[in-house]
Amino acid sequence: MSEVIHADHHDDHAHGPAKGMLRWLYTTNHKDIGTLYLWFSFAMFLIGGVMALVIRTELFQPGLQFIEPEFFNQMTTNHGLIMVFGAIMPAFVGLANWLIPMQVGAPDMALPRMNNLSFWILPFAFSMMISTLFMEGGGPNFGWTFYAPLSTTYAPDSVTYFIFAVHLMGASSIMGSINIIATILNMRAPGMTLMKMPMFVWTWLITAYLLIAVMPVLAGAVTMMLFDIHFNTSFFNAAGGGDPVMFQHIFWFFGHPEVYIMILPAFGIVSHIIPTFARKQLFGYTSMVYAVASIAFLSFIVWAHHMFTVGMPLAGQLFFMYSTMLIAVPTGVKVFNWISTMWRGSMTFETPMLFAIAFVVLFTIGGLSGLMLAITPADYQYHDTYFVVAHFHYVLVPGALFSIIAAVYFWIPKWTGKMYDESLGKLHFWLSFIGVNVTFFPQHFSGLAGMPRRIPDYALQFADFNMISSIGAFIFGFSQVFFLYVLIKTIRSGAPAKGRSWEGAKGLEWTLPSPAPYHSFTYPPEVKNEEVHG
Amino acid sequence: MKNQILRMLPGAVALLASGAAIADELNMRVGVTDISRQVYDLHMTIFYICVAIGVVVFGVLFWSVFRHRKSLGAVPATFHESTKMELAWTIVPTLILIVMAIPATKVLVAMYDTGGEDMNIEVRGYQWKWQYKYLDEDYNNSFSFFSNLATPKSQIKNRSVKTDNYLLEVDEHLRIPINRKVRFLVTSEDVIHAWWVPDFGIKRDAVPGMLNELWAIVEEPGIYRGQCTELCGKDHGFMPIVVEAMPEAEFDAWYATKVSSEVVRQESMTKTFTHDELMVQGEGIYGTYCSSCHMANGEGVPPVFPAIAGSTVAMGPRDDHLSLVINGVAGSAMQAFGKQLDAVQLASVVHYQRHAFGNDAGDISQPQDVINLSNGQ
Repeated sequence: MSEVIHADHHDDHAHGPAKGMLRWLYTTNHKDIGTLYLWFSFAMFLIGGVMALVIRTELFQPGLQFIEPEFFNQMTTNHGLIMVFGAIMPAFVGLANWLIPMQVGAPDMALPRMNNLSFWILPFAFSMMISTLFMEGGGPNFGWTFYAPLSTTYAPDSVTYFIFAVHLMGASSIMGSINIIATILNMRAPGMTLMKMPMFVWTWLITAYLLIAVMPVLAGAVTMMLFDIHFNTSFFNAAGGGDPVMFQHIFWFFGHPEVYIMILPAFGIVSHIIPTFARKQLFGYTSMVYAVASIAFLSFIVWAHHMFTVGMPLAGQLFFMYSTMLIAVPTGVKVFNWISTMWRGSMTFETPMLFAIAFVVLFTIGGLSGLMLAITPADYQYHDTYFVVAHFHYVLVPGALFSIIAAVYFWIPKWTGKMYDESLGKLHFWLSFIGVNVTFFPQHFSGLAGMPRRIPDYALQFADFNMISSIGAFIFGFSQVFFLYVLIKTIRSGAPAKGRSWEGAKGLEWTLPSPAPYHSFTYPPEVKNEEVHG
Repeated sequence: MKNQILRMLPGAVALLASGAAIADELNMRVGVTDISRQVYDLHMTIFYICVAIGVVVFGVLFWSVFRHRKSLGAVPATFHESTKMELAWTIVPTLILIVMAIPATKVLVAMYDTGGEDMNIEVRGYQWKWQYKYLDEDYNNSFSFFSNLATPKSQIKNRSVKTDNYLLEVDEHLRIPINRKVRFLVTSEDVIHAWWVPDFGIKRDAVPGMLNELWAIVEEPGIYRGQCTELCGKDHGFMPIVVEAMPEAEFDAWYATKVSSEVVRQESMTKTFTHDELMVQGEGIYGTYCSSCHMANGEGVPPVFPAIAGSTVAMGPRDDHLSLVINGVAGSAMQAFGKQLDAVQLASVVHYQRHAFGNDAGDISQPQDVINLSNGQ
């Protein structure tokens, strides 16, 4: 009897989504889950953004005006955690869900039920983490890097909820990664060899391996914290024979690959957009793949450059300085290949292309300041100042985030069957571009002049730059609310989009009609040479 | 014509000077040690190399953006790979990196040249202040003091005008001599802090259970300011570092008075004080260490910071009160002051608390009582 019901259900699915709100709870469809991930990450992005604006409001002028230092620390901590684990990472997973099956010519992800679970863990994990802000003693206030013993012996009681939330996020990421690897390795259309895979698929394949490698390390770190807090162990407690520095080694062994987890899929996205609007094939596909693989390998042997001031022996400092500098080589290769793709192309500058070019320029600026930070003796002067804040926001905001926005503009006609309003998209771009630079460029200067990060109040010589930075932050923040308006307008009343929405677009997803059918490719498509390396 | 140029000269000089002042706000400080100058030069070298790379890369990119447009009738070329190019832009950046790594290695090796020091100072981070301990060769002459933020709360809360060194002023400077190699041994009492003096080009984390080494030979007398640079909790932004570099003779004179007052302090441990002496001394210590939580009037901010006025502790047995202040209260904001205050200070502040705010315990606390308690008698 139960088998009959099961069969019925299955038939139902083949024709489209279930009706009503429960569709979203029960769905195992890669597009539905992709949509859930993307809206979830957008919601988190707005929450994290509000926290950033609270921070920038307090820092608008010297003195304590609006919030207390204790709450300020909760804001910086939760802003970081939410943006990293709630906004950027789920957005990339959402894009992977939407795009990978279409790009490799598959009907869906390999493990659809696990896909549903890995999404639905997240709202609970983040509700729990954010709820700690309302608990007695407040939420996490030890920075997103949660260094022990500030996060153990000296932490608020709510830290246990934070630890559990991190465990849940990790489980979600690991399941998502397994699914992506299984899909890519098993479900490619006949003829799509590994070296014919689209760049976004390649970058996500490597990212997924990074995630599987490091999320358990993070889980280990928070578990040791849990034991130190509740079961009287002393992993990170010097008084009990433990070592607070060991926490940092473990954290950054996770944390540095994590940084690349947030940028490799962005490299993939940009490698689709630039060739499309340059109307020219991606330059140096093979070396692009090798460069991503090299960056992924190097990401495991550079972690202690986050810890140059912790007091390592000279040999350790030199090793981590040299290995960190080496990352500039494959990263440079990628930038040079993108520029060569543009070179002698026939370019047009629709919104996705604008965001992609801004990505290349501003990410490179972030990369160059990263190179400066790699130089250990100079890093002593930069470490934990606003120079670092400027650096990582340049690689994460106009880097990772711009690539996500570019991807949304680029593929939204495929997802919804509707075209966004080009002039609104361009306005959104220019507001974001100005906002991001006004916010973060001055932070290079306040950092070099000596302003430490994570302080709620500052000496008078930093006043001008902080004021400029706060103004920029509000421009940027409100332009993302405008983005929401552009998206809703597109979904409700965008002009109909063609199957191949862009003149120069290559790749299997563009051979499908727009919007793409619920089960992308029911039969394996033919992989034609002119469609590969899109 | 010539006159005109001459007349413009002072203006130009003024402009340059103000440019230099702005440059101070824009760039790393050159500093006052040989190491800090080397670090500054290294920073500028790397910066100029990065600017040059940026100019070339962005130059090519924007040339392409402006020339290779569809609207200008550009027809896309068909090239899409070149092993020679890939090799070139792998090898050339590697060579540039080697050029950067050589001076960086030299400076780093120079910074690690510890040893041969003329004096040692232990720097200990606390939530949220620094303690400096001068480690004299004769252990008994070693002395230490705390360096607390001196910016008044009213400035932080915007109730009074912020003065020049807002948030960068302390009650007692760390004093060091110029032209001598001073070794700093950096550690922490609680969470991780970081000790940074930008003008010396040195920064090191203060990690509980670890002793990190730093050194500086300061060449110019002056007052140099820095801040804690590792998130260490609520008042991370409020624990500045102020170092005063003094000419050698002046420093030696100051050091001698410090050592002799240390001897006096040690002797006072065995002294017996009167009620009035304890009250005067206790009031001062209360103002520095207790009043930010328990309030100047002893009313506290219940339930987080209990009142002292009329409290069962202040009216109860004296030794319980003393040991609470010495050992703190685990799991609360009440710190263990036994490590921060000496026996005289502890005795007087407890005596003050028991006889102020309307409290009248009617007993007396002497340094010897504190010493006995600490020794477990």
